[in-house]
Amino acid sequence: MTERTLPGRPPIIGPGYTSGTVTDKISEVVLKRTPRWWYVGFGLSLILVLLFFYAVAYLFTKGVGIWGVNVPVGWGWDITNFVWWIGIGHAGTLISAILLLLRQPWRNSINRFAEAMTLFAVACASTYPILHLGRPWVFYWLMPYPNSLGIWPQFRSPLVWDVFAVSTYATISLLFWFVGLIPDLATLRDRAAGKTAKVVYGILAMGWRGSARHWHNYESAYVMLAGLATFLVVSVHSVVSFDFASGLLPGWHTTVFPPYFVAGAIYSGFAMVLTLAIPLRAAFGLQDFITARHLQNMAKVMLATGLIVGYGYLIEIFLAWYSNDPYEKYMVVNRVMGPYAFQYWALIACNIVSPQFLWLRRVRSSTAALFVLSIVVNIGMWLERYVIIVTSLHRDFLPSSWGTYSGTIWDYATFIGTIGLFLALMFLFIRFLPAISIFEMRTILPEARSVEEGGP
Amino acid sequence: MSQIFHRSTNTLSRVTIYAAVFLAAGLLFVAAALDRSPYNTRQDVVLKQPVPFSHRHHVAGLGLDCRYCHSSVETSAFAGMPSTTTCMNCHKQIWSDSPMLEPVRSSARTGTPIRWTRVHDLPDFVYFNHSIHVAKGIGCVSCHGRVDEMPLMRQAQPLQMEWCLGCHRHPEEQVRPRDAVFSQTWQAGDQASLGPILVREHRIRGARDLTSCSTCHR
Amino acid sequence: MSDEPRDESSSARPHGRQFWRSLAELEGSPGVEEGRGDEFPPQASEWPDGLDRRRFLQLAGASLALAGLQGCTRQPVESIVPYVRQPEEIVPGRPLFYATVMTLGGYGHGLLVESHEGRPTKIEGNPSHPASLGSTDAYAQASILGLYDPDRSQLLTELRGVRIWKDFVAALQARLKAQEALDGEGIRILTETVTSPTLVDQIRAVLDRFPKARWHQWEPVTRDAVRLASRAAFGRILETRYDLRSADVIVALDADFVTAGPGAVRRARDFADRRRVRGDGSGMCRLYAIESAPTAAGTLADHRLAVRAGAVPIVAAALARELGVPGATGAALALEGSQARFVRAVAADLLARPGRCVVIPGEYAPAAVHVLAHAINHRLDASGATVVQTEPVEPEPIDQASSLRELVEALRAGRVDLLAIVGGNPVHTAPADLRFAEAMLRAPFRFHLATEEDETSDYCQWHVPEAHFLEAWSDARAFDGTASIAQPLIEPLYGGRSAHEVLAVFLEETPRPGLAIVQESWRSRLPAAGFEASWRRSLHDGVIEGTALPALTPAHRADSVREAVGSIRPPGEEAIELVLRPDPSVFDGRFANNGWLQELPRPLSKLTWDNVAYVSPAMARRLGVASGDVVEVQASGAAARLPVWVLPGHPDGSVTAHLGYGRRRIGRVGTGVGVDLYPLRDAVSPWLVEAAVTRTGERTDLASTQEHFLMEGRHPVRRGTLAELRANPGFVAEMEERPAREESFYPPHSYPGRAWGLAVDLSVCTGCNACVIACQAENNIPVVGKDQVRRGREMHWLRIDRYYEGQEEDPAVHNMPVMCMHCEQAPCEVVCPVGATNHSSEGLNDMVYNRCVGTRYCSNNCPYKVRRFNFLQYSDERTPVLQLGRNPDVTVRSRGVMEKCTYCVQRINGARIEAEKEGRPVRDGEVTTACQQACPTQAIVFGDINDRQSRVALWRSEPTHYGLLEELNTRPRTTYLAKLSNPSDDLERG
Repeated sequence: MTERTLPGRPPIIGPGYTSGTVTDKISEVVLKRTPRWWYVGFGLSLILVLLFFYAVAYLFTKGVGIWGVNVPVGWGWDITNFVWWIGIGHAGTLISAILLLLRQPWRNSINRFAEAMTLFAVACASTYPILHLGRPWVFYWLMPYPNSLGIWPQFRSPLVWDVFAVSTYATISLLFWFVGLIPDLATLRDRAAGKTAKVVYGILAMGWRGSARHWHNYESAYVMLAGLATFLVVSVHSVVSFDFASGLLPGWHTTVFPPYFVAGAIYSGFAMVLTLAIPLRAAFGLQDFITARHLQNMAKVMLATGLIVGYGYLIEIFLAWYSNDPYEKYMVVNRVMGPYAFQYWALIACNIVSPQFLWLRRVRSSTAALFVLSIVVNIGMWLERYVIIVTSLHRDFLPSSWGTYSGTIWDYATFIGTIGLFLALMFLFIRFLPAISIFEMRTILPEARSVEEGGP
Repeated sequence: MSQIFHRSTNTLSRVTIYAAVFLAAGLLFVAAALDRSPYNTRQDVVLKQPVPFSHRHHVAGLGLDCRYCHSSVETSAFAGMPSTTTCMNCHKQIWSDSPMLEPVRSSARTGTPIRWTRVHDLPDFVYFNHSIHVAKGIGCVSCHGRVDEMPLMRQAQPLQMEWCLGCHRHPEEQVRPRDAVFSQTWQAGDQASLGPILVREHRIRGARDLTSCSTCHR
Repeated sequence: MSDEPRDESSSARPHGRQFWRSLAELEGSPGVEEGRGDEFPPQASEWPDGLDRRRFLQLAGASLALAGLQGCTRQPVESIVPYVRQPEEIVPGRPLFYATVMTLGGYGHGLLVESHEGRPTKIEGNPSHPASLGSTDAYAQASILGLYDPDRSQLLTELRGVRIWKDFVAALQARLKAQEALDGEGIRILTETVTSPTLVDQIRAVLDRFPKARWHQWEPVTRDAVRLASRAAFGRILETRYDLRSADVIVALDADFVTAGPGAVRRARDFADRRRVRGDGSGMCRLYAIESAPTAAGTLADHRLAVRAGAVPIVAAALARELGVPGATGAALALEGSQARFVRAVAADLLARPGRCVVIPGEYAPAAVHVLAHAINHRLDASGATVVQTEPVEPEPIDQASSLRELVEALRAGRVDLLAIVGGNPVHTAPADLRFAEAMLRAPFRFHLATEEDETSDYCQWHVPEAHFLEAWSDARAFDGTASIAQPLIEPLYGGRSAHEVLAVFLEETPRPGLAIVQESWRSRLPAAGFEASWRRSLHDGVIEGTALPALTPAHRADSVREAVGSIRPPGEEAIELVLRPDPSVFDGRFANNGWLQELPRPLSKLTWDNVAYVSPAMARRLGVASGDVVEVQASGAAARLPVWVLPGHPDGSVTAHLGYGRRRIGRVGTGVGVDLYPLRDAVSPWLVEAAVTRTGERTDLASTQEHFLMEGRHPVRRGTLAELRANPGFVAEMEERPAREESFYPPHSYPGRAWGLAVDLSVCTGCNACVIACQAENNIPVVGKDQVRRGREMHWLRIDRYYEGQEEDPAVHNMPVMCMHCEQAPCEVVCPVGATNHSSEGLNDMVYNRCVGTRYCSNNCPYKVRRFNFLQYSDERTPVLQLGRNPDVTVRSRGVMEKCTYCVQRINGARIEAEKEGRPVRDGEVTTACQQACPTQAIVFGDINDRQSRVALWRSEPTHYGLLEELNTRPRTTYLAKLSNPSDDLERG
């Protein structure tokens, strides 16, 4: 905690808080009357959820033909959105798990809703692998289970690896998030006024009484899960990147994908955390808990990962030239100057150029600027996946089979729909669960510091 | 602060958590069982037929050869169903006024065919060929069971893919001498040693050929 | 964008040939990219438009309920319905084949038709028929769909009111009674070209009974010029046919002799036999093409001279003069520059091989060209050798244009009381200047026999549904006179009647059925002794022995040349000519309701569902239009607005367009597709008219199955010349590297038994599309409609790629059939999550529809993009009559599954099972794929590559053998023989 004394470094928690006031401030967000803006926001996102259901119903009635996909471009918005959502999830896991193991106390005020974000992002992502199927009603054939057909899935296929990666990811994230919640649920149980609230929180708290034994089990479980989750941060998006890397298409078939997908995932993830944190702290007046310090740290992570992603782009181009493979070379030329050049340069602008502003402290410390930047980066990361998928597919090996792709309104509807789903879940979360980990905030209070430093 | 939960809740919650695991496992098990159950496969289910035709009577009783009625079983993918005239060959004389056979007679009279209910019904994307199985020494009994013991026809085997594959992976377990193909009663003294010999004699292709997808699906 | 990559790649390439796919690409014009650069182009609409035309697509939605439930419901209980009395020749589950004959333009093409339990499902060529030799064209392949067309006319009507056959017979015979007194001078019978001996007998009998009655013939794809020229050259109308097997040099004068005209399939075969290069390629013939719009023959030519159709007679005359044909003189014949040099070279080449060369005039070329061709062939001693004259195949050859005019005059004069239109659709196809429709209304009694209720039916009181040729007894003669009996494979589905049965009404109180009529007419022709036997043999063989016409040696009238040359009018420099041609898909419009043909990518343009105005690049620039821009074409006092298609190699100042579209009445598929150009035609010169072209500023969306892009220095089509091959036999293999077999992540498969492979000889592929339709018919491939094609969702398992090479004025064109490569290391197999596509023990890349979940990953990962996906419920599972025509040995794919070429695995399994039952190996040639069987030039061969003696193995051992994209180490089983040409040295050097 020594760095907190350095000049110009805002603290990770506002001055003058005691564990009591922290608890009051956070839990009242949940326990006091629902603010009007919440209803508005939740209502709007519900409308988008309805749009999602409508789009999916129409999809199931007609078939994937309502989308823009074709031959040669068999994947479009669907897989783009899948990769994008999965990527977003990563920041949550990183913050919760890795920063926990690295003992970065500043994470404590953002890990809770970052984890929630992970969970909801994965939920949105996991719809696409099913929606994009020609026959979604037999999606379960991708899972290995004893069946009367006497055959298994085809384990060489990255899509099967996806099934494992994503389902594991979803499970661990859920457990991690829930375990982390238990003590706070207990707090809410004890503070809730209404009977129903007490019962519901009570059931969820699973009889937590905060005894030393509880804390002991809790700590070990939490760290264990953190350990598990740490691998997932790296593994999940590596596996997702195999969907492309193990194909033989120019622009897909490259070894740089796993690392730069992971970096990209964390990049977009932190961008999303910022996008959510900034309005959140404003709305609930939590500036003292999610301080400028947090925003700045996240901005730095974004800058770092952004640079890694940029490096990835350069390597792609370099390898295309170095391999002297005519198909790879053409792919690069086509990406940069072909029909999808606009999307390519847009993504360069969003992902490579825009984060450079983060070198400036003035930008890092401007909430508004960070908010705008984070959204720009999210757009950029979506475009990146779109460009990777579409430009590689639409002009591959035989010019005779080259084609073009563009989404239809049903592609847009489905995407916007999942955003609605994500927001709706987010709204429910901040309303009914403590968006900031109460007990973990207590550990970074000045009064708790002695414990902290004395501790192992 | 008053207790909102009774003490028993602790035990309850523990039980629920463990139970949930077993419940999930149980459901999967039930699903698997249901998938293989006669409800799904129609195994051993007797379907309604226009005429209560008894294979037992015709095969065991009268000793008719399968090929008398299923005449194209050696030449075609489809074993063939007897035309009304085939039935009438005999039933002009015997049982010629049995009410049971009225549908047959009316068919002969009016020329409208009899609609039998399919008992062994593979999905349309499976292309089963009787003639090659017969030629390779797979007995009728292997798939259709002891029809000579069936007063009313029923499906003797599950006819699911894993069941087909069982034989396509190990033909030696089912193959019999060509002259015993149509026998209901033939028993291998020692299939374990006879099988491999017959597989060689009948030039039955290896499992890798027999389990290629296009062997059955096109 | 395109310039840069092209340059860098072409410089990096050993064989620096510049391939390109179209002009926009050659210029690298940004126009190509428009609508692509923008992410949400207008066509990205929520639901395909124009669906109303093809209702079966609209049903897609409703059919999901079924499709969706398939996942979880139990099978429905089905029933077996055995015969009451089983026909002894039928073994349920085994198809039977019957020989019959199909006519197009009157001329017969022998067929073998596959029938499953009485349902014809597939049409093949009849190996013993001279016009077929086992091959077919696209029309014959597609005609099976016409049989099951739910839009075929199903009711006999009088003024739209439903009647029965008896009513019609009564009404007609009442009329005839009235005419008897007048010797039938009010009776007019209008047919299409007729070669059927039986039908001619009947008509002649009618004319005997009614001496003053008249018989007119009108075939929109008219051969009047051929007849006139023959009369001019030999004093009477004769049939001219060509024997290309002994032709070392062939000159085509605006002649698409491999795809157009009677006997084209046979000519293609004979020609290909002299083009298939084996070993050092000795015996390869040389083809010069002098033509306007590029044709199949032009794409195969070693040298092509693109001239306006109007200038072809001049070039022909110049050639004649060069060859010293007496009478071929005149200042008009002076050619300049390249044309002169071309003609000199051709003449030299011809003179070097007297009697072993031939000049073929085009079916649609003016009479003068035919006359000159006759003279040249005579001069070159080709007559009797490569050119054969016989008695006419048509018993009554006439000048149809004047015959039709005569009819119209009679109608106008009110001299016609009974107009019998037996087949054909004159209201749509008659030359506009005759104004046939309004004229025919003057006839008090009009009836129309036709398979569809069409434009002509609208103008007749009576419409009689005509039986499809697979439903009726008839007969027809082939291009060489060989007669065949057409026997029905199925009872008329809609109670149709044949022309014979209708004509019988004129002759008999109670008209006899077709069989009796046809049999009787042959009883009189065949030796009475053993008639039954010979009749049965004729039915079985599909040909009647000894009916081929013997060769004649008619005296050639030398002065015909002078007349011809005199008649030649050089076209004005500014004048724009409109060249009209029958459509490669819908022909004269009769196939307009055939979805397979409508969706068949037209040769060269790869367009579907439209007819266009083909213009040269230069002309397009002058007009300021690009492909898809609508222009107005004025000719013969009429005008039509149709989209432009810029066609490299098309001569300047010339517009080529195809007839047969813009049908006002035919059916759900064909009505309103394209633009009707018959109004622009005139009776005097039906194929070539003066025209004016103006741009309208409008644009339409055209559905082409290939977008135009660069070859990027890749070598899908490897090609060279005979000389190159002789200099370095390995030059084909050297074009790309071949990776080592073991360079693979997965262990290689072993093929101890059979290993199926297919090879395509690019030297002889004419791009005629017969294989594409054959594949569609054999494998139950659905039609998807124009909008879906435009979205890149066509379903053809077999496509024919087209590449351009060289300069836009006169490019070399290469056709390349591409189907599944059945890679030994298939990229699709490893990525399928459910193992729906797998490697078979014999090296097939199996596709299991019922396992496919539709991730489309396999298609993405397929470097050849030969996989096709059912994005919607494409195959019509609701129209019962269509289901009759499906191949029962092939699964009908539902929505959401991937499909692709299977090497006709159903045929492989069939053959293998038969062989196994007989305890013998499968013989080479026992399995033929549908494409191979249909191919007129035998450019495709299939077999076991492990069998050293198999034809496919021999092809694969040729020096010109190569694999597509083999540098990716996919190790394709489908491979190619490079396209070789045999150019003449003098023109090469020049």
